[in-house]
Amino acid sequence: MKKSNMRNESNGNIVVLSNVVQRFGEKEVLKGISLAVKPGEIVGLLGPSGAGKTTMIKIVTGQLEATSGTVKVDSTSKEMGMMMDSHGLYERLSCYDNLKLFAQIYNIPFRRIDEVLQKVGLSEAKKRPVDKLSKGMRGRLALARAVMHEPKILFLDEPTSGLDPTTTNQIHELILEEQAKGITIFLTTHNMAEAEKLCQHVALLHEGNIVEYGEPKEICRKYNHQKKLQIRLYDGKCIEIANNKEAAETVQSYLTQELLETIHSTEPNLETVFMELTGSKLE
Amino acid sequence: MRNIIAIFQKQVKETFKNKTIFIQFIMFPIMAIIMENAIEIANMPENYFVNLFASMYIGMAPLTSMASIMSEEKEKNTLRVLMMSQVKPMQYLIGTGSYIWAICMVGACVFGVTGTYEGKELAVFIGIMAAGILASLLIGAAIGTWSRNQMSATSLTIPIMFVFAFLPMLSGFNEAIAKVARFIYSGQIYDLMNQMGYQSGYQPEISLEMVAVIGANMLVAILFFAFSYRKSGLA
Repeated sequence: MKKSNMRNESNGNIVVLSNVVQRFGEKEVLKGISLAVKPGEIVGLLGPSGAGKTTMIKIVTGQLEATSGTVKVDSTSKEMGMMMDSHGLYERLSCYDNLKLFAQIYNIPFRRIDEVLQKVGLSEAKKRPVDKLSKGMRGRLALARAVMHEPKILFLDEPTSGLDPTTTNQIHELILEEQAKGITIFLTTHNMAEAEKLCQHVALLHEGNIVEYGEPKEICRKYNHQKKLQIRLYDGKCIEIANNKEAAETVQSYLTQELLETIHSTEPNLETVFMELTGSKLE
Repeated sequence: MRNIIAIFQKQVKETFKNKTIFIQFIMFPIMAIIMENAIEIANMPENYFVNLFASMYIGMAPLTSMASIMSEEKEKNTLRVLMMSQVKPMQYLIGTGSYIWAICMVGACVFGVTGTYEGKELAVFIGIMAAGILASLLIGAAIGTWSRNQMSATSLTIPIMFVFAFLPMLSGFNEAIAKVARFIYSGQIYDLMNQMGYQSGYQPEISLEMVAVIGANMLVAILFFAFSYRKSGLA
């Protein structure tokens, strides 16, 4: 396996995987994965358990050496941040002490701890032990730790799993703030709405293969075989009509009569696309 | 060095918060103080309870603490986060190991002061405690590396700990056990401590056999650790 950190080899991409294969004994977990990620993108890795998402992240972060293929990462492991689904926090230590340990390791000034705690809304809980925090607060603390050293690449593994909508939105805002700074983010999630909201590109993984890769909306559009419009009228009726020239006349007539409440295209969501491609569910 | 200090400091902060580990550190020194001062039996060897609990301390506290801390870090994924953050496995082991060694050495000093050791005797007592604690740390690190979680670490630690902590004590009651105990570091250490206790004015000498046994025990622990590390890495 070739691994490189050379920018000029990556053609402007921050991460390039070419035909990466990973075997564990007889089992082939990744079957020739190829992927190129531009700096500043949020890339979603979607797939059920065992699809190869974690293995792929381990290879990119250098925790695992691929059996064959080429991995080019324009970043050192020190420039990477990671938030795992289990968070990996020291539960007996306070929020501040958890971050202080990593501030010492990354050799960054301690004032940065207060900055990130404020950013994730945990300033008032800085002295509270982690085992006294709610799940959402732990998630925010793990995110604070992951971004504290201002990484170039951030890996987020199920960052909003099991969180309430308010906390989920807070985490989304924080992720988008980090992206605005130019950080490249790898996001593994089961939440399709989250992927569609946050990701510029998504890779649908199934049994070690990327079965589809692209912009979420483009993928949904590509698999929109029905090409229909769904119309809801004020009288409660719901109508599906073919999306063609005749539809324009129908829609216009409803508009003229002031009957039209909502109108939607009926392209599938990522979940449906994944089911169509693999025959199995994402979760 | 920065990473080692950071991990050492983190462990120090956790000392009073991790009650399971904290009890390991203080239980035997406290018992030695109580028993040595509260119980008086005619013809009882000098420093009997100090030697007894000190040898048990060597075989138990560093071994279980190291295995427990490492397996907990594995189970809760904190070790993986550390490894992802530029901490080298050796830095983690030195940071955690030096913390446990330092705390256990405080315990060793408490034993030394509780007993009637002075001068060269005290120096030898502290010296052999230091060597024994180091050997136990290596075994604990090997168990911690081998285990995937706290449950598997405990199931390995308990039988191994029984051998190293209790065999020396039981060797006084059974000759066959005494023969076996000669091949383990805690047995050798207990023997030397007892010689210092039984013979007033005894000038303690570190025998070649003792050095060989402790060295061989450490080598086995290092080989076990290397095998575990090659098998699954630290995290």
